Order: sequence, then structure tokens, then C-alpha cells
Amino acid sequence: MASPIEQFQIKPLIPVINFTNSSAFMIGAAAVIVGGLLYATRKRAVVPGRSQSVAEVLHDFVANTLVDATGKEGMKFFPLVFSLFMFVLTANLLGMIPGFFTVTSHIIVTFALAMLVIGTVVVYGFVKHGTHFLGLFVPSGVPGWLLPFIVVIELISFLSRPISLSLRLFANMLAGHIALKVFAGFVVSLLAAGGALTILAPLPLLMAVALMALEFLVAALQAYVFTVLTCIYLNDALHPGH
Amino acid sequence: MAQAQTNHATTEAPGGAHEDIGFPPFETETYAGQLLWLAITFVVLYTLLSRLVLPRLSGIIENRRAMIASDLDDAAAMKSRAEEAGTAYEKSLSEAKTRAQALAQETRAKLSAESDVKRKALEADLNQRLAEAEATISSKKSEAMSHVDAIARDTASAIIERLTGKAPAPQKVEAALNQIKA
Repeated sequence: MASPIEQFQIKPLIPVINFTNSSAFMIGAAAVIVGGLLYATRKRAVVPGRSQSVAEVLHDFVANTLVDATGKEGMKFFPLVFSLFMFVLTANLLGMIPGFFTVTSHIIVTFALAMLVIGTVVVYGFVKHGTHFLGLFVPSGVPGWLLPFIVVIELISFLSRPISLSLRLFANMLAGHIALKVFAGFVVSLLAAGGALTILAPLPLLMAVALMALEFLVAALQAYVFTVLTCIYLNDALHPGH
Repeated sequence: MAQAQTNHATTEAPGGAHEDIGFPPFETETYAGQLLWLAITFVVLYTLLSRLVLPRLSGIIENRRAMIASDLDDAAAMKSRAEEAGTAYEKSLSEAKTRAQALAQETRAKLSAESDVKRKALEADLNQRLAEAEATISSKKSEAMSHVDAIARDTASAIIERLTGKAPAPQKVEAALNQIKA
């Protein structure tokens, strides 16, 4: 029986250009996003059909999340936030298909996405506000003797953001897929064990079905959480004052 | 961990049944390839979304918003036009009412003036006739009264003639009558 972590293995497809199954699913996710959205909006209907409604709901959902967190001026980051949300969501959901590779179950991918967010925050913050951006670490109205501690705490909290942002997504996807695989593995083991144990096989199967539903929820939810946190961090770049 | 990785590195056939593979997310030698393809994919995705998909999508939404807004504006304009027409109608209605009232008033006044004139003429006519009749009555009365003396005289002299057998002198009768009258 295959190990539960075998599904996360990177398998080279075209070694010369480092093209692996991960690369293929990244491109697949991007193709699904762009192709799906272009297909959904092909009619540019005033009264949308089903697929166009879905595209519009996704658009408005991300736009509302961004505007709620950052205000109207945050809309300049809309393409970035929308790309991140769609990429994470699609990668998560594609990974739910049995046999498919989950791009977001690799820490390096989620960390790179998180660094993209934090990098955008830092670069935009310094370009837009200069040294005033450092006011992010110095909350106003704090007594002088407390200030060094607060600055240290704020600094640590800021530096931990990319780690928590990437670990959350990575760990959720990884753990969910391992749990699914383990329960599915139980079904096979129990069937193979024979006798009384075979009768018990449907129990882990039921569990796997339930977990599958939960994992779909987690796949969508983690994409949303990633997006919301991205919006909140971008708000710091737009409005550094506490 | 390190041992697991070396094990995996030396194991050539992937997907073997109980193969001791490392923990793939922590296999650092795959990082470069993943990062490369993530960068390529994400840049392409971002470019396509921001240049092609999102302008189209927000164009559709914006177009609808503009259409709804302009439709609402049209509806508001039509409503205000309808209201204007309504007030104009009410105004002309009230004007017509005032005119009708004025006309009725005028007609009534004219009619009552005419009937007044007729009534006055009739009254004058009647008064005249009344006066004439009264004059006739009084003349008849005075005429009758003037006959009373003569009748009394004749009657008195006739009575006396019957009683005495001879007619009295008219002067005496006249005197006696004048005495009674006085």
C-alpha cells in the first residue's frame, strides 16, 4: 500500500526544464482560471447566464473583501488579490480530484505566495509613505518606557506574517489530504484483512466521504482566509498609521 | 529526515509499494523548479487576468450598473413628465371649472336681471291697472254717493206724498235732509 505522503511527491515530467507534475498542475490551474472566466464572460450578457453569474460573484466577492479591508484605494491591488484568490482556490479544488496533485500542499509554493504579498506590502509601503511606513511598528499613544517592547512585538508580529500565512494554507492542505489518504487506506487494509475486519471496511469509507466534504470546505475556506489576510496586510501598506 | 532524503535520492523507481520516501514538501532540491514554474505561471496568470479577464468582467458589471442607472434616470424623467402632465391637466381642469362657474354666474345674473326687468314691468303694469281700477271705483263711489241725496229726496218726498197726499216743496225736503246729514 502506498504511503499517505506519496501523493505529495514531485515527479519530473520534462527534467531538462525542471517541468514536474507540480508545474503541470500550476499551469492547469491557471488555464482553468483564465479559460473558465473567458468562457463564462464570452457573451458579455447584461442579464448573466449561470457561468457568467459565477464569474461575477467571484469578482464581486473578492472586490468586496478588498474594499471592506482597505477602502476604495485598495482596488489598485485588485488584480493581484483576485489572481491570488483564484490561484489558491483553483489549486486547492483541483487537488481534491482523486489522483491530482495539490500545488498548495507544498510549503515552498505557499511561502512564495505569502512572500509575494508581504513583498508587495513592504515595497508599496516604502514607495508610497517612505519612512512613515515604519510608523506601522510604533503605535501612537504608548508610554515611552513601553515603546521598545511594543516595537519589538510589532516587528516580530510583522515578520511572522509570511510564515503564518504560508503555513496555514500548506498545513491545511497537507493534513487534509493525508487524513483522506489514511482513511481511504484503512478501507483497503480492512478489505484485505478478511474475516470480521472486512465487515468494518465501510466505516472508514463513510469517514473518507465525510472528510471529502470537509476538505472541499477547507479548500474554499483557506483560499478565502489567504485572501482576507492579504487584504488586511495590504491595508497596512495603504494606511500605515495605527 | 536527512536520512529519508538520501534514501529517496538513491531510490530510483518512484511509486514503489512500501518505498521509504522522504517528506516531499521538505525536499529542498525540488524548490527551485517549483519556484520557477510558480513564477512563470503566476506572472502569466496575473498578466492575463489584469489585462484581459478582469477588464472584461468589470466592464460587464460596470456596463450593467450604468445601464441600470440610466434606465432609472429615464424612469425618473418619465415620471416627472407624467407628473407635469398631471399637474397641467389639473390646472386646466380647475381653469375650466372656474370658467364654467363664471359662465354660470354670469348667466344667472343675466337671467335674474332679465326677470327683474320683466317683474318690474309687470308690477308697474299691475300698479297702473290697480290705480286705474281704484280711480274707477272711487269715481263710481262718488257718483253713487251723489245719487244718494237725490234718492233720499225722491224717497222722502214720495213717502211724504203718500202720507200727506200732496208733494212737499223740494226746498223743504232739501233743508230737512241737510239738517239730518249735519
